[in-house]
Amino acid sequence: MPFLLPIGNNKFNKALTVLIKTPKSYLLKENEVTPENVYLNRRGLLKGLGFLGAGALLSSTSTTASADWFSKDEPTKFKTTALKFQTDQNTDNLILTPEAKITSHNNFYEFGTSKTDPVNNAQGFKIDPWKLTISGECDKPYTLDLDDLTKAFALEERIYRMRCVEAWSMVIPWVGFELAKLLKKAQPNSRANFVAFETLHDPQQMPGQASRRVGGGINYPYVEGLRIDEAMNPLTLMSVGLYGKTLPAQNGAPIRLVVPWKYGFKSIKSIVGIKFVEQQPAATWNILAPNEYGFYANVNPEVDHPRWSQASERRITSGGLFARNRIDTLPFNGYGEQVADMYKNLNLRKNF
Amino acid sequence: MTKNTVLIRAPFKKLLAKHQVKLFKLFIHLAALFPLINAYYLAFTDQLGADPVEAILHFTGIGAFNLLLLSLAITPISKRFKISILLKIRRLVGLYSFTYAFCHLANFLVFEVQFDWLLFINEIIKRPYITVGMAGFIILLSLAVTSISVLKKRMGKRWQKLHNWVYLAVVLVGIHFYWSVKSEIIEPSIYLFIALVLLSVRFKKLTRFKK
Ligand code: HEM
Repeated sequence: MPFLLPIGNNKFNKALTVLIKTPKSYLLKENEVTPENVYLNRRGLLKGLGFLGAGALLSSTSTTASADWFSKDEPTKFKTTALKFQTDQNTDNLILTPEAKITSHNNFYEFGTSKTDPVNNAQGFKIDPWKLTISGECDKPYTLDLDDLTKAFALEERIYRMRCVEAWSMVIPWVGFELAKLLKKAQPNSRANFVAFETLHDPQQMPGQASRRVGGGINYPYVEGLRIDEAMNPLTLMSVGLYGKTLPAQNGAPIRLVVPWKYGFKSIKSIVGIKFVEQQPAATWNILAPNEYGFYANVNPEVDHPRWSQASERRITSGGLFARNRIDTLPFNGYGEQVADMYKNLNLRKNF
Repeated sequence: MTKNTVLIRAPFKKLLAKHQVKLFKLFIHLAALFPLINAYYLAFTDQLGADPVEAILHFTGIGAFNLLLLSLAITPISKRFKISILLKIRRLVGLYSFTYAFCHLANFLVFEVQFDWLLFINEIIKRPYITVGMAGFIILLSLAVTSISVLKKRMGKRWQKLHNWVYLAVVLVGIHFYWSVKSEIIEPSIYLFIALVLLSVRFKKLTRFKK
């Protein structure tokens, strides 16, 4: 049993209560026992001890939000609902990352820069009403509202590896539909060489957009782009759910992009705009640090990030420190067979 | 106060005064070790967030830096407020900073790169932020090793010269932190600022040291 300290810190005691309630949880499988709020409590514990650094303590939004988690009243939790879809047979026998981890370890700077900020800060995120406009170089621009997102196209499950540019990865059972279906419906014209995406801009709901400190110094709204052939590739998914339910806020509700052969930051979240354009569109991380994040951002073990190696990655599944989870990174994240052809004439070292 | 209570309290006070330093040190041991052991316990049992490796790496890195800054703040604080007892625990705080830094490095080798020695060495050589962190660590290591009293006596003047390197270490660690982040530079900037304030307090000493 861990150590008890008579500290009159509410968070601290709550965290200890959780510890006491889940004895020997290491004997069980992660996804069977560890609800996501346990992670949050643990972080609250560290924060309480003042060891997460000045920024974490300064970040008032995240502390108030996490304080909500600890209060007795039922915290306002973002609602997700079950979806109907065709299941993925998982023929590669990929081991899924537990749902609690997928939903508590997110890079979504609109809600704060630490991995646990999004789950802490996004629970009150309002997605109804939602409007997704498909416009630009096309004959039939149109708009989808919240209901349409899960109803306009038949949903299917896709179990994909997700490789973050920070050299960790997960395996996620997404639910969604091919982006190509959505795009074709708008009938793009011959000038549609690229597709540009845009995240919701709502500083009142997204603390990271209201404050540069919380948002990590990024210019919002977050924007991304794909070449039209990449966007039309059957692997490219518009996701509206994961683990059989609609997307949690922190994972990019109500609709997000998933491009499994590219680094995670290409897979833009909470999309409100999709536009066919003639010229290569702007992409947020590429603007911020062009020498570190390219427009293509294809997973490539041979091209390192200037500050860390991309040759291998740590696969996050269950297991603690000794999970021995470092594996080789595969070109195009293992999806080369389906996508490598698109880059035959491209120098991937230059166009990283 | 009645005479009786004074009589009862006096020996107690004496006892407290006698063991003041010991008690203070005990407190520091607990305050430094409890969070560390607790964090490892949670990380080993997969209860420290979705990615315990990243969490423990950051926890020990920040912990080492906090303790390093604290150890540097002790001298000016004890001088300003005339609390001499603080000076007696300075070495302990410094040693715990090293302990956390050692765990931080061990976490990187054992849990992050998982004994891929080629990757480990490559990262130290190729990544400026890790090169700088390593330089900082080597300074802390040499300070920790020479911190025992016997060596301090034997080294004489050279001891102080060596231990002045701590000022370089704190700057290196600040740069290491600043370069390690993707875009959220505010927190490392605050840390660098605190480090520079602590250095400026000693500006006179540092310029003398140069001559
Ligand atoms: C011995 C060589 C060292 C290595 C290999 C090393 C490695 C690392 C790595 C890999 C990170 C994480 C970067 C990231 O993923 O965000 C990091 C962060 C950090 N390190 Fe080190 N480090 C070293 C020395 C030190 C020392 C001596 C200190 C302090 C005394 C230190 C303090 C920090 C701090 C404060 C952070 C930032 C933590 C955060 O972002 O929360 N490091 N280091």
